Amino acid sequence: MPIKDYIRERFFPHMWCPGCGHGVVLNAMLRAIENLGLNKNDIVMVSGIGCSSRISGYVDFHTLHTVHGRALAFATGVKMSRPELHLIVPMGDGDALAIGGNHFIHAARRNIDMTAVVMNNRIYGMTGGQYSPLSGYGISATTAPYGNIDQGFDIVELAKAAGATFVARTTTYHVQQTADILQEAVLHKGFSVVEVMSQCPTYFGRKNKEGGAVEMMKRMKEMTTPIGSKAKEAHPELIERGVFVRKELPEYCSEYNKIIERAQKDVMRKGL
Amino acid sequence: MSKTIKFIQGNEVCVEAALYAGLNFFAGYPITPSTEIAELLSSRLPQIGGRFIQMEDEIASICAIIGASLTGSKVMTATSGPGFSLMQEALGYAIMAEIPSVIVNVQRGGPSTGLPTHVSQGDVNQARWGAHGDHAIITLTASNHQDVFAMTVDAFNLAETYRTPVILLFDEVVGHMRERVVIPEKGEHALVERLRTAVKSGVDYHPYLPREDGRLPMSDFGGVHRYNVTGLAHDMWGFPSDNPQVVHGLMRHLIDKIQNNAAEIARTREYYLEDADCILISYGSSARSSLHVVENRRKRGERIGLLELQTLWPFPDHIVRERCRRAQTIVVVEMNMGQVLQQVKLAVDRPERVFLANRMDGVFINPTDIRNILRLIQGKGI
Amino acid sequence: MVFSGSGGQGVITAAIILAEAAVLYEDLIAVQSQSYGPEARGGSTRTDVIIADSQIYFPKVTQPNVLVCLTQEAYNKFYPIIRPGGTLITDSRFVKTELKVDARQIELGMYQLVMDAIGKPIVFNICMLGAVIAITGLVRPESVIRVLETRIHPSFLEMNRKALDIGIKIAQDINTPS
Repeated sequence: MPIKDYIRERFFPHMWCPGCGHGVVLNAMLRAIENLGLNKNDIVMVSGIGCSSRISGYVDFHTLHTVHGRALAFATGVKMSRPELHLIVPMGDGDALAIGGNHFIHAARRNIDMTAVVMNNRIYGMTGGQYSPLSGYGISATTAPYGNIDQGFDIVELAKAAGATFVARTTTYHVQQTADILQEAVLHKGFSVVEVMSQCPTYFGRKNKEGGAVEMMKRMKEMTTPIGSKAKEAHPELIERGVFVRKELPEYCSEYNKIIERAQKDVMRKGL
Repeated sequence: MSKTIKFIQGNEVCVEAALYAGLNFFAGYPITPSTEIAELLSSRLPQIGGRFIQMEDEIASICAIIGASLTGSKVMTATSGPGFSLMQEALGYAIMAEIPSVIVNVQRGGPSTGLPTHVSQGDVNQARWGAHGDHAIITLTASNHQDVFAMTVDAFNLAETYRTPVILLFDEVVGHMRERVVIPEKGEHALVERLRTAVKSGVDYHPYLPREDGRLPMSDFGGVHRYNVTGLAHDMWGFPSDNPQVVHGLMRHLIDKIQNNAAEIARTREYYLEDADCILISYGSSARSSLHVVENRRKRGERIGLLELQTLWPFPDHIVRERCRRAQTIVVVEMNMGQVLQQVKLAVDRPERVFLANRMDGVFINPTDIRNILRLIQGKGI
Repeated sequence: MVFSGSGGQGVITAAIILAEAAVLYEDLIAVQSQSYGPEARGGSTRTDVIIADSQIYFPKVTQPNVLVCLTQEAYNKFYPIIRPGGTLITDSRFVKTELKVDARQIELGMYQLVMDAIGKPIVFNICMLGAVIAITGLVRPESVIRVLETRIHPSFLEMNRKALDIGIKIAQDINTPS
């Protein structure tokens, strides 16, 4: 299908700034879904609040644009009720890991089958450039005029520790890898986390003198390296890209189906 | 088939009624004094193929039921004051996005952690105005188990009829006490099912375009219509809009669909009002103490009556005004600092005749409390 | 009536069984409530039961006709609320009664009898219930048994039936004028 069959053209042009990385994620996501050949009626996209969350308005799936930080909780309700649907949950870094951090770790712990996509631009864009839990130490932001003293999360490590069964990282520079990873993540049975390092030239780039979108994307190429590469040994500060975790564990909705079986057997036995 | 009679707690009655109404998804978080609802549903829902989940907090709980409702499930969550506070943002979302859902608040003493195991009716105004922004809301309550059953079923029916969250505001006394309840047979209590769109696949479906009667047919997530749902002000497509005309139309619709139907939503019980010089107005467990006083005083020839409110919001001011017209004294009996009192004063012709008989120390208001206050109002002294 | 004791003695369960028996099998009206919170886990426990032949509005008991106290602490706390002339039942092993109480005080060695005959303190509450129904005559023993049948595993039924009988017997002995 041509890409325009996956979007709601009526609502374009989109509201993202020129040079924003989120459009690249949208593109890669649609490519992934196209490759998988999924029926649009079987996909539910649930998002929270922020620049990234607006992605749900533009795609021609069942789309649920919710409140800040709670997308995974809404998605849990959808998935539990209709386990056969594919749930994709795009979130920003603040949305997923500051206000939504609790829901993030608990969704991972349950291993409920959905794909959490963290579009990590290390800043709150919608509200004008405040530091996020992914900004990291020393970063400038409108709420860190003297430099940020908060340490940042490592999304991959956090997701691993919380129990996610598929964990990956990529960047908006690596468009093909992003599409490939998203494709695998959507297919994965369990809670999958995909961090896509993205650029916000408007706020993060300007505040931190990282230049425009092109310079920022180049930087993402330079500061990352495939998992287990030789370069990582020589330059430990490099950030690894690729799939970190890929394992099979009991999935929440499947487990709940067993609960239903057990409960119904119990009823039959007791003749309630 | 004979009727089922049970001797159970009010919280358990709420569960029986919710299942009777077709509940098939519940998400919750443990909190006294509502926990029995979650416990019982964790065993009952899977028996009927429904789903129960204990979420990480009350915020997640209400969000999960909203998500589940969009797939066509009948949904509920249950909590108490602190959890109800956490739910307010998503409650506003359910109002804005028009998602049928039932939220039970078994009230305890507040503010903050307050009195977890003691009774209160302090969340009446929070039920009305807890979520930010202008909005209308439906809130029901009950004083006895048969009415807990009826109001719970009604809550599901109203949620579907008006595409809105409905709050069930019970209290610790009613939630925990045990008394007899008759579970009606199937079909005895009418149920309102989800109104689904007749629009065919491939034809444009407008999720937020009301029909002529004001109702909005829904389409289940996972079905043939793919549309957007948002908490932002939105147009008939469910797409964000800040066009003043669109926003005005949306706000009018959200408020009118409830306020214009206040008479249909109003539920009350009336005892000895015809000739009453003194009218007690009460609701929830305090209506039981009030009725105790009324029955006793009637035996002694006093012209006293009780107007028990079961719908708290939209406030049934037309009924209150009408019934209180000829009363010399109106006494609102409640376990807070006068939250319904304020509404009664606004509703009646002569607010100076309205008095408050209350307790807010965690102790269940008893007939002696009410009698003493009545005597004081009547100038008789204690 | 009010049943009181310490957490774990099963006074609340006994109250529920009594009230449920009255409602389901005696065609009476009943309401049961209890105090919740930390006091429900150790300390003195209290549960209120009202049984009537007409509607019950106020569900709490302010002046019980029948008060059961199974610990000294519960006795000391609750004896002042009994209706003058009411019936106050205690277990002689746990409670030393006061003379100043304006009630018919019945001291029964229920615990000892249960331990001697059955050896399981878990049915102490059912024995107490037997005494209460024998003294008050509100509910028939078979109604209590019918409730027990729906609530407990069949293998424990005989033990409970025995405890109930012990309670009924000891109370009847007291009631019989000597």
